Amino acid sequence: MSISTSRSDENYRLCALDRKLILATQGGLPLVPDPWGALGKELGLPADEVLARFQRMQDAGVIRRVAAVPDHYRLGYRFNGMTVWDVRDDAITDMGRQVGELPFVSHCYRRPRHLPYWNYNLFAMVHGTSREEVEDKASQIHELLGDTCQGHTILYSSAILKKTGLRLRKS
Amino acid sequence: MSAMTECPETTGEFTEVERTVINRLQTGLPLVHSPYKAVADELGISEQVLLHTLQNLLDRRILTRFGPMFHAGEMGGGLTLAAMRIPEQDFENVAAKVNEFDEVAHNYRREHELNMWFVVATEAPDDIARVIAGIESSTGYPVYNMPKEEEFHVHLHFPV
Repeated sequence: MSISTSRSDENYRLCALDRKLILATQGGLPLVPDPWGALGKELGLPADEVLARFQRMQDAGVIRRVAAVPDHYRLGYRFNGMTVWDVRDDAITDMGRQVGELPFVSHCYRRPRHLPYWNYNLFAMVHGTSREEVEDKASQIHELLGDTCQGHTILYSSAILKKTGLRLRKS
Repeated sequence: MSAMTECPETTGEFTEVERTVINRLQTGLPLVHSPYKAVADELGISEQVLLHTLQNLLDRRILTRFGPMFHAGEMGGGLTLAAMRIPEQDFENVAAKVNEFDEVAHNYRREHELNMWFVVATEAPDDIARVIAGIESSTGYPVYNMPKEEEFHVHLHFPV
């Protein structure tokens, strides 16, 4: 996923120029030898200032990193399993941390239940090149959770319906 | 952008250069002057080969994007995961309606009674409720909102 949630208590306030830079790059960074210069030309800023603003946004955590976002299916990770667990509320923080530390878990969150359709409160995303691989990883999570877990399932994704990353509105 | 992408077959082997570029560029471009040159030097290839390979991987949609990865929470915005239960005959139609919302950053079909799962990201936290209400009224189906209550780990890297 190309976005995530807050780690710190204080939010960085985007100024108008930062926002313009985000709007100009949310579809992608220019693939030219001097991308900062190219953006600067577009926005009427020196390349140095563009670079400094990116650095500042990255230091503040507004930008996690400037990087390639793969279509994991096309990389061969065809099995994307969202493993979900019904964990005792008094154990969830501790167990969540332990599950999150497993090297093959890419995201791990506590989320609310929606009874009666949804009684799972711990989400751990696991990717694999086969269903067996995902299931093997899920059973390692199960073992770790032990009797703090009252039920679980794996939701495999069967199609990407949309994947654009976070977009600011052009208003 | 909103076109349905059926789970594609793997595209087979990547060349050594492609493999190196995919692995290296998932971890972040250095914020320096001539950043592509810096990465190319590190990988022992020319800047031109790096840029060409990157463009080609994007054109083939091996990579969905190359650019800044924003952190919605840090921007003071709202972010949530939401799910819907959509009958099969309505699925495509509802997917199209949901995807029309700019705030829907990604959307996956999943094998479960709750069969549509998407992330909503907004510039202001209060906008989440507005977008969810908008999706419910546009589609006629309830949205199950599942915002994160605790984050334990985020680490996304797919070596090839």
